[in-house]
Amino acid sequence: MSQVASTTEAIPQRSRRRDLHLADRIFYRVVKGTAWGMMVLLLSMIVVIMTMAWPALKEFGLRFFVTNDWDTLGDSFGALALIYGTVMSSIVALVISVPVSVGVALFLNELAPRWLSKPVGFLVEMLAAIPSIVYGLWGLYVLAPFLRSEVQPFLSEAFGFLPLFEGPPLGVGMLCAGVVLAIMITPTIASVCREVFAAIPVAVREAALGLGATRWEMLRISVLRTSVSGVVGAVILGLGRAFGETMAVTMVIGNIEQIKLSLYEPAQTMASILANQYAEADSDLHLSALTAIGFCLFVVSLVVNGSARFVVSKFEKRERGEV
Amino acid sequence: MDFAYRRRKFVNLVSLAGIFGLAVLAAVPFFVVSVFVLDKGLGAISWDFFTQLPKGPGEEGGGMANAIVGSAIMVGLAAVLSIPWGLAAGIFMSEYGDSRTARCLRFTTDLLASTPSIVVGIFVYGLIVVYTGFSAWAGAAALTVIMLPIVARTSEEMLKLVPDHVREAGLALGLPRWKVIVRLVLPAAKSGVITGLMLALARVAGETAPLLFTALGNNYHSESLNQPTASLPVQVYNYAMSPFEEMQQQAWAGALVLVLFVVVINLSTRLLLRSKQGWSS
Repeated sequence: MSQVASTTEAIPQRSRRRDLHLADRIFYRVVKGTAWGMMVLLLSMIVVIMTMAWPALKEFGLRFFVTNDWDTLGDSFGALALIYGTVMSSIVALVISVPVSVGVALFLNELAPRWLSKPVGFLVEMLAAIPSIVYGLWGLYVLAPFLRSEVQPFLSEAFGFLPLFEGPPLGVGMLCAGVVLAIMITPTIASVCREVFAAIPVAVREAALGLGATRWEMLRISVLRTSVSGVVGAVILGLGRAFGETMAVTMVIGNIEQIKLSLYEPAQTMASILANQYAEADSDLHLSALTAIGFCLFVVSLVVNGSARFVVSKFEKRERGEV
Repeated sequence: MDFAYRRRKFVNLVSLAGIFGLAVLAAVPFFVVSVFVLDKGLGAISWDFFTQLPKGPGEEGGGMANAIVGSAIMVGLAAVLSIPWGLAAGIFMSEYGDSRTARCLRFTTDLLASTPSIVVGIFVYGLIVVYTGFSAWAGAAALTVIMLPIVARTSEEMLKLVPDHVREAGLALGLPRWKVIVRLVLPAAKSGVITGLMLALARVAGETAPLLFTALGNNYHSESLNQPTASLPVQVYNYAMSPFEEMQQQAWAGALVLVLFVVVINLSTRLLLRSKQGWSS
């Protein structure tokens, strides 16, 4: 690490020692080169995908993002319905997942004894390890029928006056995708929240308790209120994951390019249309349009993840008193 | 006791109970998913699943031997390609990682790691598939791109856990820096690094999206690495979406294999790390 002084300036008297330093320099160059390879990889991803997406972007221009028209036979493409599907399913996922993630992070970090927080933390982390395809299978054959027969009739009865819960219960659709996504992003948000809470000094908590606050008041005043920006970063990271999630969503969202307010309706997301159509695109323009969607997904993920990481690291620095 | 105090105690109780409830809610999905996968998968899995090729639609029996072999080949290739590269990059970021360049590269690696896997599939499609067609090589390349940043970041984290006095001791004995890293720091971090590699393998073995249009799929064993190749996740996907009961059964069996693989790796690496954790705790 950096604290270790560099050996490269040491006495270059004997030839044997000079050789050793040559080896050091070579080693340094090699590992540095491999690290730069990451940058090369990222840049070449941008270039390759951009090149393939260019024909469609040139053909349709901005219209591509604001029209809802996905006609593979007529070679006319507009991605609005897909953008809507991605954004809406992610919002549903966040609405369900954010309270749960923040709650479980608070519980594990602040309330639970160690013997309980370890195994529960493991269970939540394992949610992130299960392959997306397994969630899709489970969502399609277990969750969707359950939503159709139990949850959706109840929602219709209680909130049927809202346009969100309109129409016949289908099971498969936006709601199902939202629930599956919520399960999948919970470990991401929860683990970043735990990091953020852990960065707050114990003294802040002790101060609140010392002034006579109850346990909850302490959590509210010294943990939640101080960590708002960090939690926002965690939520954005979860959002980034939800945007790019492909297989599980493809299997449970119904795959129809339409913009319907009702959460019962099938939809299509930017990622799911890629999984459905990319391997058998009808024409060059179709392939290019699909790639253009992939390019948007890429750019959005770069921006979202970049900004979230920035926010979280800034929060942690502030708490450590470095800024 | 006055009213305000009792109210505060009440709010405290309700809120803490609420937090407990949310925590339970977060832990439940893992149980629900694994119970169903176990239940349906155990009913469908048999020895044939590992040894037989798929039968035609609607026929009883058959297995996913081709997909298991295909997955093993592609994941193996990805490991061979990404582990040396990722480990070296991890060494740079941990051992020479204080410069502006290193911070920038670390950020790049984070961005690569959070790229949606389907986008990686498109990249490899444009880079390889367009010229040579669907192949195991293309699938392996996509998995490599996904695995690389994970390997780099986890090995960096693990190398950083080795305390500086180990490095200082080596340098004080007159060892050159590369020897300190290769002979002292790496062995000290060995179990942690291996853990990271295993977790990266587990992650990549379940990836479906990037294989859909790079390796495509195959109903038989592939004869060479230049042919479309079956993989377990893609086969599970195709079978899950099929209208035939028998195929859906096979999909559950495949899901069971994937989940067991992931859970076993996660559990065993955790135990390994706990028993060998010298420095970090």
